Amino acid sequence: MSNYLYILWIPLLPLVTFVLLGLFGRKYLSGIAGLLGTASLFTSTILSFVAAKQYFFEDGKVNGVFQKIVALKYTWLEFSPNLSIDLGIIVDPISVMMLVVVTSVSLMVHVFSLGYMKGEERFATYYAFLSLFTFSMLGLILSSNIFQVYMFWELVGVSSFLLISYYFNKPSAVAASKKAFIVTRFADLGFLIGILILGYYGGSMDIGLLIERFTSSSSTQFISITSASFLGASMLTWGLTLIFVGGAGKSAMFPLHIWLPDAMEGPTPVSALIHAATMVVAGVYLVARMFPVFSMSEAALNIVTYVGAASALFAAIIACTQTDIKRVLAYSTMSQIGYMMFALGISKNGGEGGLGYMASLFHLFTHAFFKSLLFLGAGAVIHMVHSNEMKDMGGLRKLMPVTHIAFLIACLAIAGIPPFAGFFSKEEILTAAFHENKIIYGIALFTAALTSYYMFRLYFNIFWSKETTISHHGEGPWVMKLPLIILAACAVGVGFVPFSQFVTADGKPLVTHIDWVFSIAPVVLSVLAILLAARFYKNENDKSDKVVAGFGGLYTAAYKKFYVDEVYLFITKKIIFPFIGQPIAWADKNMVDGFMQLLATITAKIALLIKGLQSGKVQNYALFFFGGVVALSILFIYIWK
Amino acid sequence: MMQEIPLTHILFVSTALFFIGMYGLFTRRNLITMLMSIELMLNSVNINFVAFNKYLFPDNLEGLFFTLFIITIAAAEAAVAIAIIINLYRSHHSIDVEDATEMKY
Repeated sequence: MSNYLYILWIPLLPLVTFVLLGLFGRKYLSGIAGLLGTASLFTSTILSFVAAKQYFFEDGKVNGVFQKIVALKYTWLEFSPNLSIDLGIIVDPISVMMLVVVTSVSLMVHVFSLGYMKGEERFATYYAFLSLFTFSMLGLILSSNIFQVYMFWELVGVSSFLLISYYFNKPSAVAASKKAFIVTRFADLGFLIGILILGYYGGSMDIGLLIERFTSSSSTQFISITSASFLGASMLTWGLTLIFVGGAGKSAMFPLHIWLPDAMEGPTPVSALIHAATMVVAGVYLVARMFPVFSMSEAALNIVTYVGAASALFAAIIACTQTDIKRVLAYSTMSQIGYMMFALGISKNGGEGGLGYMASLFHLFTHAFFKSLLFLGAGAVIHMVHSNEMKDMGGLRKLMPVTHIAFLIACLAIAGIPPFAGFFSKEEILTAAFHENKIIYGIALFTAALTSYYMFRLYFNIFWSKETTISHHGEGPWVMKLPLIILAACAVGVGFVPFSQFVTADGKPLVTHIDWVFSIAPVVLSVLAILLAARFYKNENDKSDKVVAGFGGLYTAAYKKFYVDEVYLFITKKIIFPFIGQPIAWADKNMVDGFMQLLATITAKIALLIKGLQSGKVQNYALFFFGGVVALSILFIYIWK
Repeated sequence: MMQEIPLTHILFVSTALFFIGMYGLFTRRNLITMLMSIELMLNSVNINFVAFNKYLFPDNLEGLFFTLFIITIAAAEAAVAIAIIINLYRSHHSIDVEDATEMKY
């Protein structure tokens, strides 16, 4: 086994940048903050590619199977010889793949922000937060211990919170950041309980050990966790479901998705990095990381499947009606993550049945590139028109040729048109769904068509539709165009990566082939959806309004996001606040505070009584002192012999 | 050869000295006099040390050393105390302890 210790530098460099910029950024480094952050991340990216090359092409494979390598292990908290919390670095196909994705998308966002955030007062703080986020995300990926995952999970949540509320003088941004924090924290409670259940029965927090113990059906740990049951489900199912709740919170799965659209209040490059490509796929990554254990519980996998499929469809329908371009992209992200989730859910651990697992991570890989491209393109558009609303845009194709082409490529990629990246990964998911579950396949196919429709609705509304009224030219500096070009090249190219050779459930390469006959249905549906969108939105007309009128209530419901937010508000304001919150507040105010006030009152009364002793007369003090000595002498000499 | 003075005689003297000092400390209002009373008390302790050393452990010298320490520290303490008294006189125009009772509740 060769040395992978240098991987430690990949997360550490952004951490160093964070500390430097956080402490000295605004005063001393404001001029070079962006360059410093970008340079350190560039180094991390290079190291990630070196690690990927070394792992995938040189020494990751032993006898044709990719190994799980623990590059570093350090016992951090030792509670007892059996139970300790270790910090470690795990190197396996998914962590190396995620390293490449996170560092390259983050690098693109860093470069793009050089132009997008130029002139901001808190420029250095912005880069400090970006570095903190990158550090936490890389740490999350590399964690070898599930408790370590949890710590980085929270750090990621904090940095997301900080970045959403970057414009903290905007009340909506503050509200959005609080919403994101509280919703994900609620989900993390489930995650924590899940960890504790698995840790309690598994006797360890180490992911490798947990997988080893829970996948052999004869181990004592497996027998104890499957024989213990609660409310009709085994503890294994409960633990995994609770872990999935945590993942669903971060990955914005229905019904914990409500924070994601609001999170778009943050700066657009942040949305590209955190709320499109990296943090929101942490839930998928978590399920993939624990997948061998998940595959032992059919019930937990079914939950993953149906939650994923429901989210995919639900978000796609809402995305068709939204008018804020970033919200459309947010719902599209949610829908694509739903895809990844159900692909995991229908997968089996290894062999031919492991196609879903491979497809899910393949889609994660391609999606990171084209979705961050979409967001950065949207960022460039917003930078130009200073608005998020579709009605303020239109006809921008002549003003922003680079953005236009890049955005078109990304739309084609997400719509699954060959030969763009999304086609390949989506095909794998659809194939896997077709073999495992026909209902899911139907939902996926319909969602794919909807995806093409709403993406091209967005595209035509921004770049075609009416003639633009904006007269000034210029797409922004080259630092904003370069990431778009690079990501567009990725959105075309990454589909050709022979992903199944590298990342599979059991580490063995999987033979896949594109079945062109099978691809006809989704591609034709997508093309039809694109044509429909073109008919409605390419030129200014009222055809779409008529259709909207035809849908009536369904349209309004989708436009209002199916009233999920209202349901949450109802539950919190009408049920939780009056029936739980207020009694607890009463008890806190009257019983807890009352007890404390009683103590304070008694102390004050006694003080009032005896304060006369402190008279300010030195000789009185001397007398008391002498009296005390006499009393103690009598006590020790005569009474307490 | 002169008859040796018994230990108890010396202890009587030192006790008397101690309580004279303490009486002075409690009854006098003048700070300088109070300081002198404290010196009396310290010296009574010194006498005790020397006497016990000589009568009980004539081969050792610890008692004498302690006495030397106490004399040194008493000198330093007198310097500090007089400095405080001078400052008090400057601010209150009096060195009467009854006039300086602001430091209270």
